[in-house]
Amino acid sequence: MSELLLQIDGREVTARAGATILEAAQSVGISIPTLCHHEKLEAHGGCRICSVEVDARGRTSVVAACLYPVEQDLVVRTRTRKLERIRKSLVEMMMAHAPDSEQLQALAVEYGADKDRYGKEVSFCIHCGLCVRYCAEIKKKNAVGFIDRGPRKEICFIPEIAAKECWECKECFPLCPTSALQAAFVLVKALTSQADEPERKA
Amino acid sequence: MTKDTIDQIIDKHHCEASSLIQILLDIQSENHWLPKEALERVSEKLDVPMSQIRHITTFYKSFSLVPRGRHEVHVCMGTACHVRGAQRILDSVTEQIGIGAGETDVDLKYSLETVNCIGCCALGPVMVVDGEYHGNITPAQVAETFKNYE
Amino acid sequence: MPRINSTAELDALRLDILSTRNPEKPCITLCSGSACQATHCRKVAAALDLELEKQGLTNTVHFRKTGCHGFCEQGPIIVIYPEGVCYLKVQPADIPEIVSQTLVAKKIVERLIYVDPTTGEKAVKEEDIPFYKNQQRLVLGLNTRIDPKSLEDYLAVGGYQALTKVLTEMSPEQVIDEVKAASLRGRGGGGFPAGLKWEACRNATGDAKYVIVNCDEGDPGAYMDRSLMEGNPYCVLEGLLIGAYAIGAHEGYIYVRQEYPLAVENVMAAIKTAEEFGLLGKNILSSGFDFIIKVHKGAGAFVCGEETALIMSLEGKVGEPKSRPPYPAVRGLWGKPTNINNVETWANIPLVINKGAAEFTSIGTEGSKGTKIFSLVGKVNNTGLVEVPMGVTLRDIVYKIGGGIPGGKKYKAIQTGGPAGGCMPESLLDMEVDFDQLTKAGSMMGSGGMIVLDEETCMVDFARYFLGFLADESCGKCVPCREGVKQMLNILTRITRGKGKQGDIELLEELAEVAGSAALCALGKGAPNPVLSTIRHFRDEYEAHINDRNCPALSCKELISYYIDPEKCQACLSCGRKCPAEAIDGGKNLVHVVIQDKCTKCGSCLEACPARFGAVRKISGEPVPASLPQESRTIVRKSKQS
Repeated sequence: MSELLLQIDGREVTARAGATILEAAQSVGISIPTLCHHEKLEAHGGCRICSVEVDARGRTSVVAACLYPVEQDLVVRTRTRKLERIRKSLVEMMMAHAPDSEQLQALAVEYGADKDRYGKEVSFCIHCGLCVRYCAEIKKKNAVGFIDRGPRKEICFIPEIAAKECWECKECFPLCPTSALQAAFVLVKALTSQADEPERKA
Repeated sequence: MTKDTIDQIIDKHHCEASSLIQILLDIQSENHWLPKEALERVSEKLDVPMSQIRHITTFYKSFSLVPRGRHEVHVCMGTACHVRGAQRILDSVTEQIGIGAGETDVDLKYSLETVNCIGCCALGPVMVVDGEYHGNITPAQVAETFKNYE
Repeated sequence: MPRINSTAELDALRLDILSTRNPEKPCITLCSGSACQATHCRKVAAALDLELEKQGLTNTVHFRKTGCHGFCEQGPIIVIYPEGVCYLKVQPADIPEIVSQTLVAKKIVERLIYVDPTTGEKAVKEEDIPFYKNQQRLVLGLNTRIDPKSLEDYLAVGGYQALTKVLTEMSPEQVIDEVKAASLRGRGGGGFPAGLKWEACRNATGDAKYVIVNCDEGDPGAYMDRSLMEGNPYCVLEGLLIGAYAIGAHEGYIYVRQEYPLAVENVMAAIKTAEEFGLLGKNILSSGFDFIIKVHKGAGAFVCGEETALIMSLEGKVGEPKSRPPYPAVRGLWGKPTNINNVETWANIPLVINKGAAEFTSIGTEGSKGTKIFSLVGKVNNTGLVEVPMGVTLRDIVYKIGGGIPGGKKYKAIQTGGPAGGCMPESLLDMEVDFDQLTKAGSMMGSGGMIVLDEETCMVDFARYFLGFLADESCGKCVPCREGVKQMLNILTRITRGKGKQGDIELLEELAEVAGSAALCALGKGAPNPVLSTIRHFRDEYEAHINDRNCPALSCKELISYYIDPEKCQACLSCGRKCPAEAIDGGKNLVHVVIQDKCTKCGSCLEACPARFGAVRKISGEPVPASLPQESRTIVRKSKQS
């Protein structure tokens, strides 16, 4: 497998072709924060906490390290004032949902984020997608999925599948950085113990 | 909607998983909404997880998971219509037929949806009822239009 | 018409069609594009069919229903050939006269021709109307001359000549070189050089390649692609086929919004006919090249106009964009090299091949060659589709072609680039419109929507509108867009409701940086543009809303009050009768007063008050003047004074 030479935070790093910036950085002990990333799952690129600056083809842009493939002579910066502002802002937006999340609290300390910057949101979920992806890719049960889009997007269990699979499994529970997953499961458990009701739009 | 009709639609698209959205559009077009049984049949025949079908049917706004009214009313809320007073038209429609955007009335007579651009921008504001376009519409004309619907 | 088996047969067929068509034979065309459908052109068509039959003219007069002519404000539009007489806003009742007077007696029906609202000058022919005269309709112009369902019509106007040239004289590499030399930039939004994209796709490795037409025109206010696809689908098919040949793709997809049923219908009909006659399928015109096209409908998601989201949708998945690299040219549909271009880009290809790069590049500016179709809509007299060479000024578009602002109102701004674009105020009216100039001004070309705004448009509310649209259409995958757009929308909504706070503008700018830099795709990245652009050019409006609870445009409901000027009120009761909230106190000879806490700000009173009185006005940022005491409210109406 061919190898490439790139630069991360001023250090020369060798990486195999096809690796991501995150993998290349981790291989030399350079730490980039992540939230929605899991080594057993396909990279998601949703939280954007792993955003880094890259110089490529004469342009500087901000990209997700967990997804961006390494290139020969790529120049990467993992921590700049701009990236700190971005990460701080992302954490603040997520803490409007889940101020008690330990992972978010740690990031808040690191980047000086204010958990009360924005008004509190109804849902704990920060859409890292770890539960959905784990159930699809590892367990292959697809018991929980996303519905809708944009700010209305939510996770949702499929009651029929959840009733059969989840009680004995619950492997996704420890992955959840907030307690949204547990809350969603409790809800679907309550629903499946009632008569089946069709979903209603608002 | 019968299982046979659903199967026919799926077979028309050669039972390909990539045609999932086209199949659902055809079922929606025929039946005006997507009953749970139809989704389960599609999931089964195409071997696509129900979670994916549920995401698709809630992500894409053409689909309705609840029964729709006999008459579908769309009000365009695109930019050109917006600056020409689309909100007032929407308010007039609500006043006339008694439901808001995204709703269906209890008699299943009307369903009202907003659309983010119908593409008749030169004639804003625009309202579409059962596929018939009404351009440059005024609140007074809204009232007049709905007099004729059963 | 038998199957066409070679380019020679195609040329012969074209000559044959032309030889049977007498250019002197009277032909009456009716614009049947979607906008004219909205003004009931079908009723006009029915009336015309009836009248032609009644007058025994069905065999001597050709009636052709065409695609969109572009002058949508004035539809339904009829043009009569060979004279080229153009009638506007035609109603079914006008038909008998048109047939008798113009078709038969060769006289003009004066009341139906164009009259310039400022100069009073008349124009009989379509090409003399200022709206058209100042355009260069190289792509859209064909719409007026063909029935979109007729392959013969398309052949008669020179259709498929470019394909013949490509198949007989050019290798795939030569086609790509020509498109590169023409500097054709994508017309859908990004403005990326099409030739470079094609080359990257051709050079990529893959056992299959795909070409895609992006007709998911989601920018609200833009409908150019709709009119091209409805009005001249064969042109798009020809361009796509040439591109497929150049790239080495044997399968193409046309992705059309399901909100465009006529476009879906017409392109599917064109594909079917093209297949029947050997212009699609195996061994096209004996060239050895195979190509098939499938049509996929969108299902109501603006984000699917983004190329990676569109590809996901084609694969039967939710339209969540993917990160790039890898670019679709290298790894796209089903992981194979894929070239996506916008409808207008594909429609330009036959033109590039027929004219050649040298002539094509003689049109336009240094960095932007050729023409661009814009949808000129909003607060402008002549709304419709406008095609001009790159480099025409905004002023010419708004005033020369657009006819200026209706109702004597003042121009405020023009918004381009859709939800990822920005606003150009009066100071930028002399900008020569092209990709780079628009980007420099903080906006972008986008797909070509141009929304004209006047003094009554609140720019803060306008930014709020776009953020509302984007929040509705965001796929929700990434935090900067899903959360950032929502927070920006919250702030803008508060400001328009009079609840703006110090620091709101700075917070908007902070959120703009996060979304603009860190979002996954162009929807999120472009979301800040309407906000930043309006802050840049109209900061005073933001500050007025926040500091003074004042909406200078008198638009934001929570910040305005309706007030009846007692000096002007003639107590005519017109407003009281229209008020849906019983919020007007007054009577005969008793000056009317708006009861503020009942008023719903619907504006009915303002519309009802006779213009000669003009007593109702909106106020903002200041308290409503105290009403006159009851005893001072009695008046004697001016008309009754001796």
